[in-house]
Amino acid sequence: MSRLLVGPFNRVEGDLEVSLDIADGRVTSAQVNATMYRGFEQILQGKAPHDALVYVPRICGICSVSQSVASARALADLGGIAMPANGQHATNLILATENLADHLTHFYLFFMPDFARPVYAAHPWHAEAVRRFAPDHGEQVRAATAARQRWLTLLGTLGGKWPHTQSVEPGGSTRAIDAAERVRLLAKVREFRGFLERQLFAAPLETVAALETEAALWDWHAQDPLGGDLRFFLTLVRDLQLDTLGPGPGRYLSYGAYAQPGGGWALPGGVWRTQTGEVEVLNPRVITEDATHAWLAHAREPLHPLHGITRPEPDKPGAYTWNKAPRLGGQVVETGAIARQLTSGMPLVRDAVARHGGTVYTRVLARLIELARVVPMMEDWLQAIRPTEAFCVPTTLPDEGSGVGLSEAARGSLGHWLVVRRGRIANYQIVAPTSWNFSPRDAAGTPGALEQALVDAPVREGEQTPVAVQHIVRSFDPCMVCTVH
Amino acid sequence: MNVLWLQSGGCGGCSMSLLCADTTDFQGHLRDGGVNLLWHPSLSMASGEEVIALLHSVLDGGTRLDALCVEGSLLRGPHGTGRFHMLAGTGLPMIHWVRELAAKAAHVLAVGSCAAWGGITAGGDNPTDACGLQYEDDRLGGLLGADFRSGSGLPVINIAGCPTHPSWVIDTLMALAADGFAADDLDPLNRPRFYADQLVHHGCTRNEYYEFKASAEKPSDLGCMMEHMGCKGTQVHADCNTRLWNGEGSCTRGGYACIACTEPGFQEPGHPFHETPKLAGIPIGLPTDMPKAWFVALASLSKSATPKRVKNNAVADHLVVKPAVRKTRLK
Repeated sequence: MSRLLVGPFNRVEGDLEVSLDIADGRVTSAQVNATMYRGFEQILQGKAPHDALVYVPRICGICSVSQSVASARALADLGGIAMPANGQHATNLILATENLADHLTHFYLFFMPDFARPVYAAHPWHAEAVRRFAPDHGEQVRAATAARQRWLTLLGTLGGKWPHTQSVEPGGSTRAIDAAERVRLLAKVREFRGFLERQLFAAPLETVAALETEAALWDWHAQDPLGGDLRFFLTLVRDLQLDTLGPGPGRYLSYGAYAQPGGGWALPGGVWRTQTGEVEVLNPRVITEDATHAWLAHAREPLHPLHGITRPEPDKPGAYTWNKAPRLGGQVVETGAIARQLTSGMPLVRDAVARHGGTVYTRVLARLIELARVVPMMEDWLQAIRPTEAFCVPTTLPDEGSGVGLSEAARGSLGHWLVVRRGRIANYQIVAPTSWNFSPRDAAGTPGALEQALVDAPVREGEQTPVAVQHIVRSFDPCMVCTVH
Repeated sequence: MNVLWLQSGGCGGCSMSLLCADTTDFQGHLRDGGVNLLWHPSLSMASGEEVIALLHSVLDGGTRLDALCVEGSLLRGPHGTGRFHMLAGTGLPMIHWVRELAAKAAHVLAVGSCAAWGGITAGGDNPTDACGLQYEDDRLGGLLGADFRSGSGLPVINIAGCPTHPSWVIDTLMALAADGFAADDLDPLNRPRFYADQLVHHGCTRNEYYEFKASAEKPSDLGCMMEHMGCKGTQVHADCNTRLWNGEGSCTRGGYACIACTEPGFQEPGHPFHETPKLAGIPIGLPTDMPKAWFVALASLSKSATPKRVKNNAVADHLVVKPAVRKTRLK
């Protein structure tokens, strides 16, 4: 048996190191280390509650809006504030713009470039992978970067700037949209739709979103195996067996995405178990964080985030990461686009996960399917805006109380828990999607989702940074800076 | 020009902002400008041992380092060990790598307010002992020390902002690659003058409301945000309202106050961000280059002359009173 320390792990957001035990060319055990700590939960102590809206976006430069939305919801919960319909639509548009930008960035800039590596030179598709996805020169990488830049101009209008947009308030959006802006935004959404339909899918979004089974997916693939980047990816799935690589725990969490003005969600949440194939209602009261293996103080037992503590203990024995171990009713869950598509009832993703589980293949597929599903929703939300009606109601917050803000970032379920005493923040706890996915072991020694997914990953002769490990890690689209805030 | 980009105690937002640069071909744009990215954590193929080999090659002189870009604060804690940020795979703190690499670089750039001053990561009680490359808030020093000069003889170039604007970074890199950047191009806080000699107030679309002191009272109101909403745009160095963000935005255009994110110490203003601190009803933070008494006199005069249109629109989120259409020819 040998041991391998892998890092720096790039093309993920933030700092990550993976420690692997290897025997007979396979990973036998993995430990995931988030190597940087900044301490936002400590920084927020004693602040005016509304100031959280300035600090929390700055936890993360790739999903800053997600942090804003979770925080705004926690403050709204604290103050009993309800957004007007326009505010809800604008907030959903802002969040969806960021989430879809993240999916695009992940696929083209973070995930696909690995297939252009020389290690795959003998495969028939390699030259095409280099042409499309080499980080500096790849034609699709460059086209996607341009589409991303153009796409994020939506946030120039909707939110003033991105990242670190501050237009999201508990009471709505500070940036009202007038009638002329609304048509201009619609035109930009259609521009992005055009990019996706020409480059990523080589098909209308509706055709992709209507694929109901794996059989239908592979029939569609067979029509033109290199047509568009999704089908190119599917070609690699077959050749490299990415459908068996990196199996997750088989339990999925989504808080529900894009709250609708009449109540409910555009993508309803819940807990999905592959075993039962059914959506269970989520009970957020059974969420806990276990700090046994984190360089952080831990209580006698795992704590609900409302009572959570964050205090560095850098010399703590047995610790190996700055990340705590979140658990749902004591269990490890996976979160992300795959969870959202499962809980919201997307038939193709349900079919694929039933056959293969959560793997490199199904995680990436779910993300691309989400792009196809959410862009048309954005068109509807823009149509639903009433430019002469209110976008925001004022925020008045009590001096005592608590609030919970649950939201979905691109990478999965993001929760903020807030306690206010005498008008100041007494406690602020954040459980980010990557906190779930890249969790360390808990007190019982149960590894987190990625730690489990890495077991059995192949390691080629002489590999110091195994390419299969890179695929698995990146298939989760990790955001380490959120994880350890 | 060989550029190495490292991220430490920040959020990666300056890199994500950089990718929003106004060009149809980001990768080609850099290349055509003579910028060769040796390695960037989000954009490069090289991982793990390939990166570590590159860093060693820079340190032993095998690879020339023209510009070291650092994004994020430098985390000195706990107790000066730097262990709050270890560079993965190396067993060494990032501050170690930054010190060593900065000594080899022709230019050192602090990308964003975290790397410049410590920034948001240094907020609260600064749990990680975060600082900037050559500043700790507005005090010279930081990780590299007040006397540090890079190979070119320049101090650390502070491209401050939270995040920093993509074109502040691109313009600086392009100017350095073209040898078109000298000590005179830096302001007293070593920020590039091309953006730091402007104020956020310049080009603000709310200027008519400012003139008449017609003030916003709640989020989403159209009025000037200086009097009640904590806006510092009249004092803050940056060209956000003339060099727009993401096509057509800025904080004030987005409906929220300028929080002075290009300035040292912005993370701890000493008052809630979205409330204007006042003394006897008058904001403390008045424009710095105007005598206070004059400001107060002019403000009360202009307030009494505020047109109904400006007054009413200031407290609404869309125009409730439109500019009148007169049937006379304008003179």
